[in-house]
Amino acid sequence: MSFFKEIMQKPWLPPEDDVVSDLSGAMAMSTAPARVALRLFLAVVGVLFSLFCVAYYIRMELADWRPLAEPTLVWINTAVILLSSAALQYTRHAVQRGNVGGMNAGLVAGGLLTLGFLVGQYMGWQELRAAGYYAASNPANAFFYLLTAVHGLHLIGGLFVWGRTTLKVWRGAEPYQVRLSVELCTTYWHFLALVWLVILWILIST
Amino acid sequence: MAYVAISDRDDPIHDPESFITKYIWSQDHKVIAIQYGITAIVVGLVALVLSGLMRLQLGFPDQFSFIDPASYYQFITMHGMIMVIYLLTALFLGGFGNYLIPLMLGARDMVFPYMNMLSFWVYLLSVIVLLSSFFVGEGPTGAGWTLYPPQAILEGTPGAGSGIVLMLGSLALFIVAFTMGGLNYITTALQARCRGMTLMRMPLSVWGIITATVLGLLAFPALLVSAIMMLLDRLIGTSFFMPALVSMGEQLSYDGGSPVLFQHLFWFFGHPEVYIVALPAFGIVSDLLSTHARKNIFGYRMMVWAIVAIGGLSFIVWAHHMYVSGMHPYFGFFFATTTLIIAVPTAIKVYNWVLTLWRGNIRLNTPMLFAIGFVFTFINGGLTGLFLGNVTVDLPLSDTYFVVAHFHMVMGVSPILVVFGAIYHWYPKMTGRYLDDTLGKVHFWITFIGTYAIYYPMHYLGFLGLPRRYYSMGGAEFMPESAMSLNAGISVAALIVGVAQLIFIYNAIVSIKRGKPAGHNPWESTTLEWQTPDTPPVHGNWREELPVVHRWAYDYSVPGVEEDFVPQNVPHSDAKPAHG
Repeated sequence: MSFFKEIMQKPWLPPEDDVVSDLSGAMAMSTAPARVALRLFLAVVGVLFSLFCVAYYIRMELADWRPLAEPTLVWINTAVILLSSAALQYTRHAVQRGNVGGMNAGLVAGGLLTLGFLVGQYMGWQELRAAGYYAASNPANAFFYLLTAVHGLHLIGGLFVWGRTTLKVWRGAEPYQVRLSVELCTTYWHFLALVWLVILWILIST
Repeated sequence: MAYVAISDRDDPIHDPESFITKYIWSQDHKVIAIQYGITAIVVGLVALVLSGLMRLQLGFPDQFSFIDPASYYQFITMHGMIMVIYLLTALFLGGFGNYLIPLMLGARDMVFPYMNMLSFWVYLLSVIVLLSSFFVGEGPTGAGWTLYPPQAILEGTPGAGSGIVLMLGSLALFIVAFTMGGLNYITTALQARCRGMTLMRMPLSVWGIITATVLGLLAFPALLVSAIMMLLDRLIGTSFFMPALVSMGEQLSYDGGSPVLFQHLFWFFGHPEVYIVALPAFGIVSDLLSTHARKNIFGYRMMVWAIVAIGGLSFIVWAHHMYVSGMHPYFGFFFATTTLIIAVPTAIKVYNWVLTLWRGNIRLNTPMLFAIGFVFTFINGGLTGLFLGNVTVDLPLSDTYFVVAHFHMVMGVSPILVVFGAIYHWYPKMTGRYLDDTLGKVHFWITFIGTYAIYYPMHYLGFLGLPRRYYSMGGAEFMPESAMSLNAGISVAALIVGVAQLIFIYNAIVSIKRGKPAGHNPWESTTLEWQTPDTPPVHGNWREELPVVHRWAYDYSVPGVEEDFVPQNVPHSDAKPAHG
């Protein structure tokens, strides 16, 4: 039942038949609580990044803004993060089919690619600093470091969950035991890849 | 120990063995709620003492050598921040939210008990970091609770060294703690309601708390963004908010930043924050009024819609806090309009509370006194909000005591009256004993009349033009002498009200052991938390079977039924008909 339909009910009227249908029971069974919580969390993270972006656009209007040349590494990094997202998608697929080999390979590939992305971002920072783009010297630089850092921190948070899941798999967990974790990781990775694409677009278009 | 939130068998995932796992590292939502509550009240008492110190200086200027301008600003800042965030937000959501959501919805616990526990410990850490700023270097920040840059991080502002860094760090921790708790509250309300508990059968307390939680989840990121960016301005010298400026005769390295950007981010959080505090109070007071007036809440659906509407509207009124920042007139016009629109659903709620009382069988016990006191105070504080929502009225009044009076009435005293009412109401469920009623009534009357003695005269002082935020009125020759003696009177009232809170603390401690035994449903209430088989409820809340809900939360004085209340878990066929 949709939210709006539900809040139109008149709860003070006695029901026609006082049979308690599984009104909430059905709802509770259909979705794992962790999945609901993740969606809510993604909304929160989405608001966080949106506000950073709004701040970026407002600050950009001021006179002292000097756009920076993004390090060429960001393009390679973008490919890497998309691959990590794809690797997790593959893992999810493997887990759903009970394919243990695919699950192992996908998890490891996803994690390594993510680490690769983070290292790549760090090298991008080094490249910028070598070119004289310091955080304190211009707000455009500061926002570049800030946005990439906050995004990276969220990926590191994801890597914790990925690490726990991978550890379980190495200790011999069956695919169905880690299915939920893998699915949630995949959603989170897709979301962060999308966030990265938006950030990248904002950075290069301004 | 943890329970599966909606399992029909009460097998714990693991059992608490020792005192430590039962009361310290507990995953029981009720224990966590009480931990949250006690921490919030303790830190709130610190803020209360700070306000007393401020009143000493304002009422009796320069009589107390230990209050200098710097410490006065530190008191203001810490008082405001603690009261709004670390007391009210934490107490309503972490305290009452934790206690009431699973019990009222018929769940065994929150859906993520471990994360719930973590939420409390991170909150405690944030409080410790905040209070530690009293003991480092030059003390806590004195930037004002809004922490406006550039002055917040400039040399010369008290606590610009470590105080502001600790404040921003503490806020970041609080936001992490709140997010963990908040995800839990919403998911529990969505996924772990017992059978028959449709959304529209939820008590208004739960509606208020979860709507406020949604606001918090969406608004706190704005505070986090501004805290992170200001921290970077302070620590590594970026210029997000810091304009080029000369401070103490020295050109600083900052250049081109926008202080107004900070104000927008801050108030995009700050205004929903008002409703994060107000909505749980709205919800809880609705339940108190209905229960103690023995009448169903008037206009339940409208009450739910109003809560949701206020929650939505609260995100588009933020700039009414910034009329004096020099905005485009049309911009101000827009925010004045939305501000007045939000008064509509709010007024609906007020009418419905009054109509709930109308011809009710009112039991004037302590919780009810506080609930009615809230309605009075909220109307008073809300009406002055209509004045201040208009740009032309706000401009001259903005920097005066009129604003201080307004927001203390509407979001200081009003919610705190509900907090007290709620504690007097649910204390019997938490401990199995009543709080002492006589002491409670003494506490109520001193607090209620006392706060009016404090804040009513402040409106007048504001009209006279007495500026707020000032340590000393110095050259305010335009102020008549009578205004100064009024200020002294306010201070005396404030100190009396402050000390009177000790009555409550004493009552709460002594009644744990010596209070009158209350039984399992002392207020003859319909909601599920009063129907638990054990009082106080054991870990897991219910025995083998979860309750099943057959009716809404407000079946008081139902015609043709013998008793004047029918609990939510009583089937329609089982309600005893009246004799004759």
